[in-house]
Amino acid sequence: MRTIQFREAVAEAMSEEMRTDDSIYLMGEEVAEYNGAYKASKGMLDEFGAERVIDTPIAELGFAGIGVGSAMNGNRPIIEFMTFNFALVGIDQIINNAAKMRQMSGGQLNIPIVFRGPTASAGQLAATHSQAFESWFANCPGLKVVVPSNPYDAKGLLKTAIRDDDPVIFMESEQMYGDKGEVPEGEYTIPLGVADIKREGTDVTIVSFGKIIKEAYKAADELAEEGISCEIIDLRTVRPMDHDAILTSVKKTNRLVILEEAWPFGNVATEIVYQVQAQAFDYLDAPIQKINTADTPAPYSPVLLEEWLPNKNDVIKAVKKVMYK
Amino acid sequence: MEKITKEVYLKWYEDMLFWRKFEDKLAAVYIQQKVRGFLHLYNGQEAVLAGSLHAMDLSKDKMITAYRNHVQPIGMGVDPKKVMAELYGKATGTSQGLGGSMHIFAPEQGFYGGHGIVGGQIPLGAGLAFADKYFKRNAVTLCYMGDGAVRQGSLHETFNMAMNWKLPVVFICENNGYAMGTSVERTANHTDIWKLGLGYEMPCGPVDGMNPVKVAEAVHEAVERARRGDGPTFLEMKTYRYRGHSMSDAQHYRTKDEVEEYKKIDPINQVKEILLEKQYATEEEIEEMDQRVKDLVKECEKFAEESPYPEKNVMYDTVYEQEDYPFLPHKL
Repeated sequence: MRTIQFREAVAEAMSEEMRTDDSIYLMGEEVAEYNGAYKASKGMLDEFGAERVIDTPIAELGFAGIGVGSAMNGNRPIIEFMTFNFALVGIDQIINNAAKMRQMSGGQLNIPIVFRGPTASAGQLAATHSQAFESWFANCPGLKVVVPSNPYDAKGLLKTAIRDDDPVIFMESEQMYGDKGEVPEGEYTIPLGVADIKREGTDVTIVSFGKIIKEAYKAADELAEEGISCEIIDLRTVRPMDHDAILTSVKKTNRLVILEEAWPFGNVATEIVYQVQAQAFDYLDAPIQKINTADTPAPYSPVLLEEWLPNKNDVIKAVKKVMYK
Repeated sequence: MEKITKEVYLKWYEDMLFWRKFEDKLAAVYIQQKVRGFLHLYNGQEAVLAGSLHAMDLSKDKMITAYRNHVQPIGMGVDPKKVMAELYGKATGTSQGLGGSMHIFAPEQGFYGGHGIVGGQIPLGAGLAFADKYFKRNAVTLCYMGDGAVRQGSLHETFNMAMNWKLPVVFICENNGYAMGTSVERTANHTDIWKLGLGYEMPCGPVDGMNPVKVAEAVHEAVERARRGDGPTFLEMKTYRYRGHSMSDAQHYRTKDEVEEYKKIDPINQVKEILLEKQYATEEEIEEMDQRVKDLVKECEKFAEESPYPEKNVMYDTVYEQEDYPFLPHKL
């Protein structure tokens, strides 16, 4: 099978969908003439023209709202945020309008829109450029939240997100755009709300999503050498969450570690902890462990950032704790 | 613009009076606690709506506004009984009882809300126009806002893009003098709101918002500019609201005399005087119209009163287009 970069998978997904549906357009800062701040829309201006691949001024609130308004009137917009840190400037349009429009109009106006861009940390960018808001968006009814971890999933999930008739938050990573992975030539889609068992195992379940899942893979490799078998579940969609996949795995392994790159207070991991204790209490052989970023804004200095971020050693430590080793 | 004939004046009178009485009825049933939440009434501003509607092509043009939004959909052709029922929280309401006073929607009639966040509807209005331009529908969106909303960043971001992309949208500020309890003078260094268009080289100007003829002329020119592909216009309608910002407003920020001054140029009275002066209608014919209005308001109230409340599942069923969305349980 051919191997392509994550950014190419994103561009392919958007381009394929735009070829089949004229109502789709891509809008955002630097998406057209610059080919995307991270080249995730490379070649799209040439193929689709300036009416469908649209550079905006730096005005996230304005263009997020124009996107939602156009979705009320027949378009299926893809709105790119250069990063989701900048989406905070436009979050009123996402939370108050995109997410609420259908219910407050009594079902008359659905908003088929995708807001996409990178999430979480990306090297030494410090406090304002290293934030993960998956749990913020996932808290809000009306939205769906998708966070792929490799090029294959990114393409299949993004195509589904674009076809979805509800608003979807699609979160990538600056540090994943260059990742290479096998992606078939032909068309395929991946359903939203379905987790993927990335590695089967028997001793402990590790749930994660997004780029940080790579730390779980590294940890699982080392733990395998010690004879500990980890099952790694990639959520892929945070909202709606595939609780069944988590529960099935926990009922098999009886131990759970959750790895999430986000602040520790009230996040995706805590939601999983609640669900598992409520629905699989008797299956647990150890208290659930979760690994997050430090409970501080992201620091700049390399030494501090290393301490702030979760890594494979944290995962190994947590797995050993739930194994009582 | 279509000529302002006798029929137009007659329609204006009856429509504006109906809107006024419809709002008065809501105020009355609000006090009886049959309608709850916030209630923002349009009394005094009717000429803005009447004049605008005259300048629109109702077969394709669109309207979007903020939360003072009960009568605009009625003007666009929505059954007023459904609007009244929405305020009662009934299943027969425009949003099946999910939106309430601030969120009236009727996209089939070209009315796109009904928005509760000040200024939040401004980019949406540009977005509606974006889609009409994208699909080459030759339609225009009228996007309304209050004098408070013009201080939001959303206005400035939207004006910039709407001009840059020549979107077919008319931005209309209904300047009724007060953003809740704060006068225009107290929120900015200038009071000519229309001048905000100048910074974007957007055609702009002030309009007598108490006179439906002046409104119709200004909106017509703006709508035609948008339809030609020459982009947006910003109009500041100088108008006034007789009632408080909402029902809980004690109105300490203005005098009773000020309100009375504006009532002297009341849009409904202005049109009534023209009807009599030009002998478009006799006193008896006007009384007949008044009676029809009264009866229709009563009919709306009866419909709302007698309508059923929504089923509980509707709050779930309307959130997602996806039919089997797995909502989390919230209690035992």
